[in-house]
Amino acid sequence: MNDKDPAVAAVLPPILARWQDDPTALVQILREVQEQLDWISPEAIDVIEKALKLPRSKIEGVASFYSFFYTQPRGRYRVLFSDNIIERMQGSVALMERMCKCLWVEKGKVSEDGLVSIDTTSCIGMGDQGPALLVNNRVVPKLTEARVDQLCELIRSEVPLADWPAELFVVEDNIHRRDVLLDSDLAPGDALRAARERASHDGLDAANTRSWREGLPGGLIGPASVIEEVRRAGLRGRGGAGFSTALKWDACRNAPVADGKERIVVCNADEGEPGTFKDRVLLNSYADLVFEGMTVAAYAVGATRGFLYLRGEYRYLLDQLHAVLARRREAGVLGRNILGIAGADFDIEIHLGAGAYVCGEESALIESLEGKRGTPRNRPPFPVTNGYLDQPTVVDNVETFACAAMIALKGGAWFAGIGTEKSSGTKLLSISGDVAKPGIYEFPLGISVGQVLEACGASGTQAVQVGGPSGTCVNVAEFGRHIAFEDVPSAGAFMVFDSTRDMFEVARNFVHFFAHESCGFCTPCRVGTSLLKNLMDKLANGHGSPYDFGEIENMNHILQQMSHCGLGHSACNPVLDTIARFRPAYERRLSNVNYEPAFDLDRALAPARLMTGRDDEGAHLSVHFEESQP
Amino acid sequence: MSATFTLDGKEVPFRDGQTIIQAAQEQGAWIPHLCYHPEFKPHGSCKLCTVTVNGRHMASCTTQATAGQVVESNTEALNDERRTLLQMLFVEGNHFCPSCEKSGNCKLQATAYELGMMTPHFDHFYPSRPVDASHPEILLDFNRCILCSLCVRASRDVDKKFVFALSGRGIGTKLIVNAASGRLADTNVAMDDKALEVCPVGVILRKRHGFAVPIGERTYDKAPISECPDYSPLPAKEEA
Repeated sequence: MNDKDPAVAAVLPPILARWQDDPTALVQILREVQEQLDWISPEAIDVIEKALKLPRSKIEGVASFYSFFYTQPRGRYRVLFSDNIIERMQGSVALMERMCKCLWVEKGKVSEDGLVSIDTTSCIGMGDQGPALLVNNRVVPKLTEARVDQLCELIRSEVPLADWPAELFVVEDNIHRRDVLLDSDLAPGDALRAARERASHDGLDAANTRSWREGLPGGLIGPASVIEEVRRAGLRGRGGAGFSTALKWDACRNAPVADGKERIVVCNADEGEPGTFKDRVLLNSYADLVFEGMTVAAYAVGATRGFLYLRGEYRYLLDQLHAVLARRREAGVLGRNILGIAGADFDIEIHLGAGAYVCGEESALIESLEGKRGTPRNRPPFPVTNGYLDQPTVVDNVETFACAAMIALKGGAWFAGIGTEKSSGTKLLSISGDVAKPGIYEFPLGISVGQVLEACGASGTQAVQVGGPSGTCVNVAEFGRHIAFEDVPSAGAFMVFDSTRDMFEVARNFVHFFAHESCGFCTPCRVGTSLLKNLMDKLANGHGSPYDFGEIENMNHILQQMSHCGLGHSACNPVLDTIARFRPAYERRLSNVNYEPAFDLDRALAPARLMTGRDDEGAHLSVHFEESQP
Repeated sequence: MSATFTLDGKEVPFRDGQTIIQAAQEQGAWIPHLCYHPEFKPHGSCKLCTVTVNGRHMASCTTQATAGQVVESNTEALNDERRTLLQMLFVEGNHFCPSCEKSGNCKLQATAYELGMMTPHFDHFYPSRPVDASHPEILLDFNRCILCSLCVRASRDVDKKFVFALSGRGIGTKLIVNAASGRLADTNVAMDDKALEVCPVGVILRKRHGFAVPIGERTYDKAPISECPDYSPLPAKEEA
């Protein structure tokens, strides 16, 4: 097949065979190649190009989109430190420097011997047990100096990852408060059975079986009654947007399906919002609840195919999730003829992401599932009518499916009785930062920020970032506000900052995050997030002026009005929120002029100083340029 | 009966399935745009054609016209926002109009003139974007690329070749060609490919055709872009 590189010739054929040379599996194929060969070489692309009959430019375009794919060799050990602000507060920067020094490698580069590269990556969902890193996509949490030294030794001795001590990879759930979801001990199939029993006329009658298989609208019994329960429950999407789940399911159910097409249910487990890690815990310890919810959704909308889109950072969960799926198939609650109903078919495949936050946006996620660059689509049409491979598709968050399973089990009225009128049910909060007990807390929606702070043992708190960088920053005066769609909505992140923290640096970290994760499709977000990053860096370098506040506001306006998707819309939020609440943190950084250029001649000479090995006074511009003018 | 919407207060008729920009163009109304081209599937990425529809910002190239929409386009606020987008495109790449062969035929330059963009405003990014002069007949100067993907769409949809594609992500997004070497000379590009005709700026240039039409006598030298029908800038054929 390929005589140039024996490794490629050995590794590629089984991967391609497993994915049946399917071009829509390109992202998955690239991921497996990366995993086995440490990078995606031109020779590997040669083979993929021929097998999938895809243009090379497309394969390269996809491979270069995702952070975890490398088209240049990046070393046999690829270390990525999670660059979450919380982990920075816990010392991640110093730990990374320690590792760089220890292994003689510069951040972002590959060591001379090609053994190791060290870099940063966006939050990997370990905020409760950080600082953490990924080594070849395996998570190592709870980093300390000793642990970093241990990793350095393992890398230097070239110990294969498989032989590293297992305790390095132990990720805790850290559940500190349970409510209806986390207390559930649902047995596989329970929710499905309950849903069918509740609709007493359903039975095993042909109409509803056909309804599942063909997605035909039935009467107010059977599948449609499940949607009715979800509507009664008032369930709203847990991924952040808070859209009515029943409306979404109804729209998908009623969307026409062309011949040979089917309805699709997708579970969005691309938990990329910095500071969020609840889906990690749900999938680790409550996978059955999530898969049951997906199956309930499939029953309700008449879907036959399901996907779990798991973020690449959670690769370590893949094998155990496959095992859960296998067990469910054996138990007759997944696959063909579910619960013994002829024609009730639904199965779930797992696709992994590869380091692209934007794929959490549902249409970008679908593009990625189709093996493409994760660029959000133009809408309408919406995924409920034209989703995966142009088929009606429901995309919901992991927690939404868990809620749906509980609603199917216990009924909509029961669920609606929890939380507030507009925000029913509970919410899993991923709590990290300056608290005594970081981890997962399940509260009824409507809980106040102050109550949450008390429960997790926070003291001296000056601010909480609710919902991650794209969410809301609240200060002490607002701790009476409520976590609910009608007040402070949250996709799950709850990042706590005490009074010793510099809120400007928090916002600057978030801005860097958005610039790194912008997909680059639309002008305002592609360029605007980078301009915003430069503005924040200008302030950080002590060159800010009041003029720059106007610039930030202007950038916010453009990003909000002109961006293609939510990433651009929310990229300015952390800056505006912190300027409004913590203005002194910004003012401290302003120089006393109305305008200050970003360009600094002395700073620009730094590379020259480095090259000449000089750093004496004569190599610096000791006086300001204007002062030297007559 | 034909349905209408209003564009800056004027009634614009439209047919079912038309987008706002399509209907507007049929009436000779100009909505600034760069990545939109009437012959290709809309992309909706440059965002220059953003208008307000009943008060909401929407890209007019991807928004279907519906009866009764109140569309505003030529307003000071929207043109301000468009100027900022143009400035973003200018500082993101390396655009030196005075030395560019496309000067006078360039949609980016012409739109900037028309909207009164006086300065780049932002600090330049000065990206490093090597040119590709490998092909005997065609020069690719990526410095001027605005990532509109018109060449990508033309190659894919008309030429059926995939000579061009977008690669990378975010501010690192760039145009690549379909060859293991990364060189245009090693692709199956042909001189009559549609993809060679659609670049709105000065990335795709025919060698040995430089300045055949003098500066001052070019398309947008003669009339502002707002008065020029959407044309495919075909420097070689024009100058032949």
